[in-house]
Amino acid sequence: MTETHSYVEPPSRQSTSSGSPHLEARRVTKRFGATTALLEAGIQVARGERVALVGESGSGKTTLLRCFNRMVTPDAGTVLLDGQPVVRGDAVELRRSVGYVQQEGGLLPHWTVLRNACLVPRLRGMDDARNRGLEALDLVGLPAEEFGERWPRELSGGQRQRVALARALAARPEVVLLDEPFGALDALTRHELQSSFVELAETLGVTVLLVTHDLEEAFRLTHRTVVLQAGRVEAAGTPNELRSCELESYTYRLLRKAGVA
Amino acid sequence: MRQAVLQPTLLTMAVLAISFLGPSGLQAQGADRDAVRIGSKNFGESYLLAEMFAQLLEARGVTVERRLGLGATEIVFQALRTGAIDVYPEYTGTGLLAILGTDPPADAGAAYRQVSAAFRARYDLRWLPPLGFENTYAIAVRPAMADSLALTTLSGLAEVAAELTAGFTPDFIGRADGLPGLRSAYGIDPGEVRSLLQAVKYEALVAGDVDVIDGYATDGRIARYDLRVLEDDRGFFPPYDAAPLATGELVRTHPEAVAALSEMAGLLDEAFVRGLNARVEVEGAEVSVVAGDALRELGLVEGTDPDGAGGASSGEGSGGDGLAPGGGAEGLPAYLWTRRSELGSMTLRHLVLVGWSLGLGILLAVPLGLLLERRRQVAEGVIRGVGLLQTIPSIALLAFMIPLLGIGVVPAVVALLLYSLFPIVRNTYTGVRDADPEAVAAARALGMTELQLLGQVRLPLAAPVIMAGIRTAAVINVGTATLAAFIGAGGLGDPIVAGLALSNTTQVLSGALPAAALALLVDAGLAGVERAVTPRGVQEV
Repeated sequence: MTETHSYVEPPSRQSTSSGSPHLEARRVTKRFGATTALLEAGIQVARGERVALVGESGSGKTTLLRCFNRMVTPDAGTVLLDGQPVVRGDAVELRRSVGYVQQEGGLLPHWTVLRNACLVPRLRGMDDARNRGLEALDLVGLPAEEFGERWPRELSGGQRQRVALARALAARPEVVLLDEPFGALDALTRHELQSSFVELAETLGVTVLLVTHDLEEAFRLTHRTVVLQAGRVEAAGTPNELRSCELESYTYRLLRKAGVA
Repeated sequence: MRQAVLQPTLLTMAVLAISFLGPSGLQAQGADRDAVRIGSKNFGESYLLAEMFAQLLEARGVTVERRLGLGATEIVFQALRTGAIDVYPEYTGTGLLAILGTDPPADAGAAYRQVSAAFRARYDLRWLPPLGFENTYAIAVRPAMADSLALTTLSGLAEVAAELTAGFTPDFIGRADGLPGLRSAYGIDPGEVRSLLQAVKYEALVAGDVDVIDGYATDGRIARYDLRVLEDDRGFFPPYDAAPLATGELVRTHPEAVAALSEMAGLLDEAFVRGLNARVEVEGAEVSVVAGDALRELGLVEGTDPDGAGGASSGEGSGGDGLAPGGGAEGLPAYLWTRRSELGSMTLRHLVLVGWSLGLGILLAVPLGLLLERRRQVAEGVIRGVGLLQTIPSIALLAFMIPLLGIGVVPAVVALLLYSLFPIVRNTYTGVRDADPEAVAAARALGMTELQLLGQVRLPLAAPVIMAGIRTAAVINVGTATLAAFIGAGGLGDPIVAGLALSNTTQVLSGALPAAALALLVDAGLAGVERAVTPRGVQEV
């Protein structure tokens, strides 16, 4: 168990072949005007590991996630991908190499399902872009023969999120960032999609950083969970490690409220 | 795929812009540099005198170009000052009071000498010899009311004015020799003042909607309606001798034109002109016919042809082709049919005005809207500023254009362009700003550049909204373009303006009906374009 009010260096649980973690944030601080979104927050994610960022609204979890595809630029601290600071390269190139799924509405409404799925491979100028799109749709269980030419608005909410997932994976990124990807779905659809997601992530061996406010989801889908409160990393660890935290601590109260204590 | 969606969108807009332009483009009609350009104000007598100038010059072998019905004094005077026209009929009292703002002498000869000297020194404009008649203001009331109140003078009017409703022309309400002067000279302060067009004033007075109007001494309708003219017992109104007012340039380069116009000096008296006015305004005779008859009667041109075949060419402003349709004597359909080719070319001109202004408006407003979307903090302020343009009255905006761009098609297009900016800028800005923010955020996070986002996502999604703004602008422009006739731009406003000035309802409708039909057609056409640019994925099922 690790709990502190400042910088936390969580132990890397998964063995990594290379020396450095796949994703790492070191003492990252970000302010929006008078609001402090992140205060010296740090995390590490090993290659192939799935880590959840949890916390209440305004805890900074989405801000921290978006530091990794440079949708947010920290005021202080370092964000590393494969041991290299992300600021070193081109932001657009970085975004094209990292998968991204947001809560909902992320599909381009004037593009067909297939064209949406092919977005990133095409942006990267891949020759087999169309095939990658078709393949990705197959992976998420929406065969292109049936769904490829439909418009996003003709799909159910769950199907739309599957397309968003296919779009994020079509170029076969090593890292996928997900921001509450299942948040807007009904319980049944959510469970279905969560299971296929874990399966898919295992199959592809991608490194996953998942933002959610749902601790139960975090425990079920990821190896480790990082708890954020008011921009600081409050605790980090496996479900069991988190459960052994101090009574009456913030994490304990959060776990109890979610019914996973 | 890079530009796949951007291109059709821009292409549609470009085709739309170009398709309106028509063959004649921005060139003003018949721009013969050597022609003498004759202007007039937009009331019957001014049309008539200008047409007489024109036909007299043509009879003397001078090429002329008619720019008739150019709005009120400010507009036609600006047009003369800037050299957009060469000559128009003006009145000495108007020159002194309304233009120079000086107190005129009571003596007509002194007034003419004073205004001549001042205009020559200040504007390099020349008052040619007076035509021989005076057309002063005639403050008129219904005879029954005059009798019951024992009204005979303006001093008498001052005592009862508070109880009365006045119907004055906008010109009269504003100028020093109009209502403000009457207030200070007589203390006349009507209980209510309504701004009425020359054309409807008399009918409003007779119907009892207003109690007192500003007529002209030579107006045919004062006698027709048997109105009582109140005596100017304190001699407030200055002498209003009519004379051609010409540019110094015309005097230097076209002495033969000046000599011809001088032939009319002193030949017209009040009774004669009143008779001519009555033929036009009461009987509905063609201005060109009446002008030709008058010149023959005065012995200035050859021939005694009574049916007007001798009345040289027809004027653009007067729109005559020698036929004499009485106001209502002939049915509207027949009138429209007789004028079909003329109406066709006016409609085409109207489309040219709307097409150019809209096309240029799009080229200016869409990029401005896109730029503002990148500068959100100043956007609302700028859009509000552009919106302020919309609140400038059309006539005022058109008048502002004259010192800058003269008269004709160009200033009209610029004025219409300014009116088209607001709806297009606003819709481009909000359309692009509000285009599916979730989809835009996701596409950006997946590595689309800002340019790709704009071309492939935001513009296609905003296209229907932008198109709706263009459609609004187009319909506004079709309507506003009718006012462009005030600055000689032609179009369907010509018969409207002339018809209003000459109290010819049929003529007004011959411009108003095609203009309304045009507005509906343009709206329907652009509604089709709006549907066509709406991406299939976001269309209503």
